[in-house]
Amino acid sequence: MEQLQEIDNDKIITRNESPRSKQRRDIVYKILANKSAIVGGVLILFILIIAIFGPLIAPYDPVAQDMVNKLQPPSSEHWLGTDHFGRDILSRLIHGASITLLVGFLSVALGATVGVFLGIISGYYGKRTDSIIMRFMDILLAFPGILLALAIVSVLGGSLLNVIIAVAISSIPIFARIVRSSTLSVKKLEYIDAMRALGASDRRIIFKHIFPNVTSPLIVQATLSIATAIISASGLSFLGLGAQPPTPDWGAMLSDGRNFLYNAPHVALFPGIAIVIVVVAFNLLGDGLRDVFDPKTKD
Amino acid sequence: MIQFTIRRILQTIPVLIGVSILVFSMMHLIPGDPAQIMAGESAPQEQVDNLRENLGLNDPLPVQYFRYISDVVQGDLGNSIRGGTEVVSEIGSRFWVTVELAFYSTVLAVFIGIIAGVISATRRNTFVDTGVMVLALFSLSMPNFWLGLMLIQWFSIGIDLPSWIPFLDNTSWFKPSGWGSFSQLVLPVITLGTGSAAIIARMTRSSMLDVIGQDYIRTARAKGVKERIVIYRHALKNALIPVVTVIGLQFGTLLGGAVLTETVFAINGMGRLIIDSISARDFPVVQGTILVIALLFVFVNLLVDIAYKLLNKRIDLD
Repeated sequence: MEQLQEIDNDKIITRNESPRSKQRRDIVYKILANKSAIVGGVLILFILIIAIFGPLIAPYDPVAQDMVNKLQPPSSEHWLGTDHFGRDILSRLIHGASITLLVGFLSVALGATVGVFLGIISGYYGKRTDSIIMRFMDILLAFPGILLALAIVSVLGGSLLNVIIAVAISSIPIFARIVRSSTLSVKKLEYIDAMRALGASDRRIIFKHIFPNVTSPLIVQATLSIATAIISASGLSFLGLGAQPPTPDWGAMLSDGRNFLYNAPHVALFPGIAIVIVVVAFNLLGDGLRDVFDPKTKD
Repeated sequence: MIQFTIRRILQTIPVLIGVSILVFSMMHLIPGDPAQIMAGESAPQEQVDNLRENLGLNDPLPVQYFRYISDVVQGDLGNSIRGGTEVVSEIGSRFWVTVELAFYSTVLAVFIGIIAGVISATRRNTFVDTGVMVLALFSLSMPNFWLGLMLIQWFSIGIDLPSWIPFLDNTSWFKPSGWGSFSQLVLPVITLGTGSAAIIARMTRSSMLDVIGQDYIRTARAKGVKERIVIYRHALKNALIPVVTVIGLQFGTLLGGAVLTETVFAINGMGRLIIDSISARDFPVVQGTILVIALLFVFVNLLVDIAYKLLNKRIDLD
């Protein structure tokens, strides 16, 4: 009887749902069944709540100096201690969460938008357009690691906005490459030929038919790129090229802590732990999403 | 193979030209007057004009680029604004310091990464596998400059050990700065290599699992070949082919990552030179050093592609 009920339920769902919404529902179920994605997602949600409600929950003003209590170790008054200006490290970390997430999200959103555009154009139109765009991406990829972002910030000058721009530009090639390769495989499908034969414009084919098919690898890469972007941005801030004092930026806080390793190691310890937690969260979510969207890579 | 190598070298040429154009453009993309910015805001107009003239900034852009590229080809990267010395001599020995740092870190990353990856794959879904992969996740999520600071804290400043441990009072074992002696190499190399070790471990594990699932491994096992030989002689050899590409890319990434490691450990390499020159607005040095690192990276990638082709005859560039 129970079995019959299950079959009936399944039939009801099949009858009432379009294939696309069923596919979406399946993906949501798969994500919810993936441990990495769940742990990463919950952590990100937690950090997001801290970032949004930070000003309400932070025990102290993040920029208020208290020279009498400078470099205090963790205590019941200052849970994570104070820095060289007597500022409460916990409050600065809480306020800095929004900066970290903002830099991660904005730089990836910017880089992904340009990368997706270039990747689709490159893959769809092929030939000369493709080789010009892809050679340009190769040139950007010739600058290893943080070097491209560093070069851009050195030209534009040190500020949080310029860090976002620099990290965004250095993330363009990876998005362009991934989207190009997905576009190439979708372009070969028969229904795209059929759309073309029916007189659909290039723009319609790209936005209505190709773009929705490249979103899965895009979501995975965007999640993993946020993790990389946060590390790069905090690296630039650590070098003094990012947020300027007294902004409670985690990379800059680490840089401050560097000078007090001997007598107050906690100043460098906690901002680093905060960065690791956020980056682990995005990497976990990215790994989980990759398992869901591309089961071939799952071991 | 020779045809492949020649084709691959030819493909590198447009990238090299593009890199040179981008690096050349750096000075021209500075918002405002680059000569004024480099000379300093309070510099007299005459000094700014002289600097502009010396840098050839009054000429049309194509002329400036061709002069720049013909100088670069002849090994002239211009002169430093701070000391007037040649950029090539500023880079000088720092080049090898950064290459050494990246090289040792890559060796460490390959060694640890492959061992960890194989252990993880052969003990798939066990406690050991989960432990290694969680460690890898944390390692690649750790900013290397923070890891460097923590290593200085634990192993250079040191932590006092309990008295029941014989011979050792504390963990102050390594030097926190400089480059040259073994005691100075350990911490920077671990700092720079850890993230790459994690990436190589993940790649090796996934590649090993891929290979272990193939028919020829099952056949070898069915024939009664010892498990150790199956893993190390049959599986690992093929599993390492895709790992080679990752290793090459990691070496490049480490050249970039060296900027932060050199800053943390006060190592006089190219990375620290870039940072010092950025703060001094000494653009010819910044440009020259970035160009050298990018060219080195392109060259390493070229070598990796050729090595990959040698290892895997099936690959086709197209």
